[in-house]
Amino acid sequence: MNKTVIYGALTIAGLAAGSAAAATLDDIKARGTLNCGVNTGLTGFAAADANGVWDGFDVALCRAVAAAVLNDATAVEFIPLTSQTRFTALASGEIDMLSRNTTWTFTRDVDLAFEFTGINYYDGQGFIVPRELGVASALELDGASVCIETGTTTELNLADFFRVNNMNYEPVPIATNGEALEQYGAGACDVYTTDASALAAARATFEDPSAHVILPEIVSKEPLGPVVRHGDNQWGDIVRWTLNALIAAEELGITSANVAQLAADGTDNPEINRLLGVEGDFGAMLGLDNDWAVRVISTGGNYGELFERHIGESTPIGLARGLNAQWTDGGLLYAPPFR
Amino acid sequence: MTTTTEPRSGGFRLSQLLYDTRYRSITIQVVALGLLVLAVYWLLSNTVENLEALGKDFNFGFLAQPASYDINQRLIEYDSRSSHGRAAIVGMLNTILIAVLGCIAATILGVIAGVLRLSKNWIVSRLMGVYVEGFRNIPLLLWIVLIFAVVSESLPHPRAYGSGEVDLWLGSVAMTRQGTWIPAPVWGAGSTALLAVFVLSLAAIWGFRRFARRRQAATGQILPVLWVSLGLLVLPTLIAYFLLGRPLTLDYPEPRGFNFDGGVLIRNSFIALWLALSLYTGAFIAEIVRGGILAISKGQTEAAFALGLRPGRTMNLVILPQAMRVIVPPLISQYLNLTKNSSLAIAVGYMDVRATLGGITINQTGRELEGMLLLGLFYLTLSLIIAGFGNLYNTSVKLKER
Repeated sequence: MNKTVIYGALTIAGLAAGSAAAATLDDIKARGTLNCGVNTGLTGFAAADANGVWDGFDVALCRAVAAAVLNDATAVEFIPLTSQTRFTALASGEIDMLSRNTTWTFTRDVDLAFEFTGINYYDGQGFIVPRELGVASALELDGASVCIETGTTTELNLADFFRVNNMNYEPVPIATNGEALEQYGAGACDVYTTDASALAAARATFEDPSAHVILPEIVSKEPLGPVVRHGDNQWGDIVRWTLNALIAAEELGITSANVAQLAADGTDNPEINRLLGVEGDFGAMLGLDNDWAVRVISTGGNYGELFERHIGESTPIGLARGLNAQWTDGGLLYAPPFR
Repeated sequence: MTTTTEPRSGGFRLSQLLYDTRYRSITIQVVALGLLVLAVYWLLSNTVENLEALGKDFNFGFLAQPASYDINQRLIEYDSRSSHGRAAIVGMLNTILIAVLGCIAATILGVIAGVLRLSKNWIVSRLMGVYVEGFRNIPLLLWIVLIFAVVSESLPHPRAYGSGEVDLWLGSVAMTRQGTWIPAPVWGAGSTALLAVFVLSLAAIWGFRRFARRRQAATGQILPVLWVSLGLLVLPTLIAYFLLGRPLTLDYPEPRGFNFDGGVLIRNSFIALWLALSLYTGAFIAEIVRGGILAISKGQTEAAFALGLRPGRTMNLVILPQAMRVIVPPLISQYLNLTKNSSLAIAVGYMDVRATLGGITINQTGRELEGMLLLGLFYLTLSLIIAGFGNLYNTSVKLKER
């Protein structure tokens, strides 16, 4: 009898504790790991290698945030999420941040009560078809069956594109990128459509990449970026400025090779000094220490280094910088000043 | 005499609530009810509080917003400009379609397998044993995915038909890895009359069978039910078809463009889901049927044989009517299982209600709570309707106690 009462009390106490929300930063520090939601497998962006170690362009952002917050780029618990489960996982607090090629849209930002903390890849929706079909333009796809990942903006753009151009198609809804590629490879659909970056990544994994063509049309704007929950502005700021630090570092010429020396010696450029914590106390304003940006940059290098290593032209994915070049090079990357 | 056993009036004390057996049960019930109300209140208030903390409200306004996504299999008019509510209905109809077709196929499969498993032929009974054990001991999801993979990997590509490598089966059916195209009926002028003739002949069959059964019960004479039924089914409709000048024509699929022009597409997701659900549930129904038949004492068969009934008639007239009393109640719960299991449809991209309302709509609008509640309500209603019909049928076959 007494035991039952104790168990009951424990249960109620446990339930009550679960509903109490603390600041995300404190939670992460207490836990010792960052819970980061990533793609279930998208070569170049987020994929686990043979040893189960996650790597990729989106993964690198999680690691950079972990380095800033926990001083350990490996202290990340990666949680693979499908396009359908990602927002529920974030809203319920299962993950602290979502870095999973997620498009920034009005409803997601406002209605779903999430906060997009920047754009780490400017993307657009494209189409891939087998070369043997002889299709040269997306406008020739009337009547085709199209594989799509459900629960994505892609699905909505696709419906709009075909409706506006007065074409018919047969949607083949699929849960994950991997399954979609399997279906596309088996010929269960004629076309696969998703973000152009993911198409390039997908083509790199095909047995014979040259047998597939990415059509020239880009039918949408897909600004991809990390996402956090509404309501914890400090945590949102940390993720936002970690991304900005990576972008600014490239602009300012800070690389993983020279960051330690620049931080130790200081420079003539006050912005570099502020970023690296030589001047001012920007780290403290974020609730971190002053070396946070040094750790962020030394983890995997600046934005340009990460891009080249994971998805750049030297990799099998072979994406050109394009829109994702610095604004000084004609791209859209434009980090607000560290001032 | 009775006054001695009556409780003393006016002497109620608070401790009686706990120690007096007359009041204790009430006390316990009141306390349990209070705890239940507290638990429900806690869950609800927690939900409201958490929704508020997330900055979300609770409303169903999203159902009127345009859905903006396309659904491949639609039984009613729908396009991407239709509302989320309509998308949910399209999904519900797809769920009902697969549930109804699945229940029919599973029943046919199950009855055949259940009867054959009792066969004296060693090979036949063992084969049915393998079917039953194989299907009911492997998770349904695996069967769905496996059948889908086999269908979409093994069949030819639609382009193979276009390039002439493969010919349409009988010039009208094309099985491909993107789905199976079959001829579509084209209802011309006068087809309503044709349909009426068909419905009338169905009614005639029902009437004739009723008449034959009564006559047999009254006189013992057996009419050739099967042949008359078949004749009634085919002949009037066929005669009407030619008299009305062939109002019903078929639109054959023609290889064109990416796949086919004309005809009706039966998607592989539908085929895989339907086959898997029917085979899986059929295995359970087979066991229910077998159990039902075995529950009828062997004396009944022997008595029927002694009267000179042939084995087929013995099964149909003596054994099955009695076995139905045992079979029907568990059969209803298999129908419910099949209906609910159809929510695995999304694994192969079949757009049932779980995929439209419970998947894409929830994902695009972020209304998890509302969507899931609606989804739960839909499955509950559908299950209760199926159970209701099942119970009606059960009342008609159960032992009449007079």
